[in-house]
Amino acid sequence: MPAVQETIDQVRSIDVDQYKYGFETEVEMEKAPKGLSEDVIRFISAKKGEPEWMLQWRLDAYKRWLTMKEPNWARVSYDKIRYNDIYYYAAPKNNPAPKSLDEVDPEILKTYEKLGIPLREQEILAGVEPRNRVAVDAVFDSVSVATTFKEELKKAGVIFMPISEAIREYPDLVRQYLGSVVPVTDNFFATLNSAVFTDGSFVYVPPGVRCPMELSTYFRINEKNTGQFERTLIIADKGSYVSYLEGCTAPKRDENQLHAAVVELVALDDAEIKYSTVQNWYPGDAEGRGGIYNFVTKRGDCRGRNSVITWTQVETGSAITWKYPSCILRGDNSRGEFYSIAVSNGMQQVDSGTKMIHLGKNTTSRIISKGIAAGKSENTYRGLVSAHRKATGARNFTNCDSLLIGNQCGAHTVPYIESKNASAVFEHEATTSKISEDQMFYCLQRGLSEEEATALIVNGFVKDVLQQLPMEFAVEAQKLISISLEGSVG
Amino acid sequence: MLEIKNLVVQIEDKRILNGLDLTVNNGEVAAIMGPNGSGKSTLSYVIAGKEDYEVLDGEILLDGQNLLEMEPDQRAAAGVFLAFQYPLEIPGVASMTFLKAAINAQRKARGEGELTTPDFIKRVNAAAGQLEIPKDMLKRALNVGFSGGEKKRMEILQMALLQPTFCILDETDSGLDIDALRIVSEGVNALRSADRSFLVITHYQRLLNHIVPDTVHVMSSGRIVKSGGKELALELEANGYADYRESEAA
Ligand SMILES: Nc1ncnc2c1ncn2[C@@H]1O[C@H](COP(=O)(O)OP(=O)(O)OP(=O)(O)O)[C@@H](O)[C@H]1O
Ligand SMILES: [Mg+2]
Repeated sequence: MPAVQETIDQVRSIDVDQYKYGFETEVEMEKAPKGLSEDVIRFISAKKGEPEWMLQWRLDAYKRWLTMKEPNWARVSYDKIRYNDIYYYAAPKNNPAPKSLDEVDPEILKTYEKLGIPLREQEILAGVEPRNRVAVDAVFDSVSVATTFKEELKKAGVIFMPISEAIREYPDLVRQYLGSVVPVTDNFFATLNSAVFTDGSFVYVPPGVRCPMELSTYFRINEKNTGQFERTLIIADKGSYVSYLEGCTAPKRDENQLHAAVVELVALDDAEIKYSTVQNWYPGDAEGRGGIYNFVTKRGDCRGRNSVITWTQVETGSAITWKYPSCILRGDNSRGEFYSIAVSNGMQQVDSGTKMIHLGKNTTSRIISKGIAAGKSENTYRGLVSAHRKATGARNFTNCDSLLIGNQCGAHTVPYIESKNASAVFEHEATTSKISEDQMFYCLQRGLSEEEATALIVNGFVKDVLQQLPMEFAVEAQKLISISLEGSVG
Repeated sequence: MLEIKNLVVQIEDKRILNGLDLTVNNGEVAAIMGPNGSGKSTLSYVIAGKEDYEVLDGEILLDGQNLLEMEPDQRAAAGVFLAFQYPLEIPGVASMTFLKAAINAQRKARGEGELTTPDFIKRVNAAAGQLEIPKDMLKRALNVGFSGGEKKRMEILQMALLQPTFCILDETDSGLDIDALRIVSEGVNALRSADRSFLVITHYQRLLNHIVPDTVHVMSSGRIVKSGGKELALELEANGYADYRESEAA
């Protein structure tokens, strides 16, 4: 496996505690006044040129949010978030809505180049098999700065654009689906997002269309003291298929920054959505200073018969992760899948998992979760599998494995199971293991270094899940995992 | 050449090796026999560099290099190979992947370039063929769900591919059926050469019928108490260790 070697080289090439994506971009930004108020929401809505209904939606969410309390049931602890010390909108001053790449601030283009995100279609085309092409929507703080392959996708009937643009161009579609999976009132962070969301992607795949390329969104937080409130909505109409990937990074800073996203997926009859995440927000330093607070609500609705939604996530970043990508299995015979690798090191805290809500007949779900804890981190899997009264023949298989590296970290598994239908069959397996000294010695005896051995054993541990990722991202993810574990051995 | 002088080792305050002396010349096959618990596996672990063993006295030199000052992976790169009495399982890591990682790690440590994939596959196929290891076993996670005999064969496959200069076989014969014993022994014999030596730990003469040793050493209570030629093993087979236990007590 050459990737293992590459991983090691990469690990060696960076200093301890060195987050590779931690640089800052110097661009002049326009911001909303600090803090949260009706005026700020009106400001955001006006900046986006939104119709009146959208503004009303936001204001209703804000009113609701003022009455809500921040949840505290997760196994994470953090300093109180002061919501009035955050900027809710920050966009490059110079042309916040560029029409083509030529209009994008060169500093921003450089940023994406440094991050390895291809924004120039010609460059992507050069020498690459057409089927490996990836269309990218690049979101920089509160705005989308570029979306590639829009025209070509349009020819196939696929709509892929920033959600703020979709609100203007396809208001009926957006209105029909926005908030239909994650209601405005769903939870504290989702409601906050509904009030202040800034950008994210919108995807619509028409009936019977297989999306001709991977779609992806790349989120970058750059501006200081700014929250990122991304909103993504993906609709796969009858018999269609789409694979979507999101990636995230942020500069290194001593202060914490809030990321509260909402992602909604809708799969109609016979449609399939694959949603993959490689989350690598800045995790904070070894003492736990700084890092992103990642409070995210992601939910997919298998609304149609035989529909399929697959969540795959590789979570290596963030100081706090609070995230449960879920599936509502409404359509008969629909299927939900959740594959997760959550790596925590240093002082990171992860509370993540999924919910599989079986409503329709013969619905099936599968959960494979791999938690890897190193350093002084805490890593919790929290999952719910439930069967409604009418969910005859519902089936779930859950497998949660935890791997501990060192003895100062913790791994926890909190599974909930609720079944109101006697025919439902739910299976649950869980293991917690350590890299044993004997295993390590065996590898060393064969000539592997401790770093190489750890990378090899960890790669073996997460293999089932890595296989679910699109090939190019699997290699990337494998590297990321090893980098995240850097300094955890020896 | 491996030279061990006055080796004293303890683990958790328990003395296990008590002033052990042993020399194995280049090209030599030395057999070590001895009662259960006499310290044979401990000796092999200490040569290979396992943590937890406290070396109180003595030295181990491989071709003049002081092994006790080297990390286990450095010792491996210097040519030490241990075929484990109980090989470990590495879940999720295909045997092929593991083999390639190990070979390349050692090559790198010696300043050599990586093997190309076709070259690697050619070598694996040849060695696996000789040891009658089916190809699909190489695709499975290393040692996971392997039978006792399959694990032992996999150890010898690794030895054949890594081409070490000092090979320790810790009860490689246990768990092997009659045919496998022959196949594995042939594999080992094929590796015998003037610049490679072996330390073969076993309880039974039948292995030594296949891998004929140059010298036989009897170990008891952490010391070599008798050394001789291959006929010493036959004598032990007939009389057991009673004499040597007494000599300990005396
Ligand atoms: N970690 C340990 N703590 C305490 N005692 C140990 C430890 N490891 C080994 N020993 C003891 O050291 C002694 C030698 O063990 P060793 O495994 O080297 O014997 P052996 O000669 O290989 O035996 P066998 O023929 O059964 O394989 C035994 O009495 C064993 O119980
Ligand atoms: Mg033993």
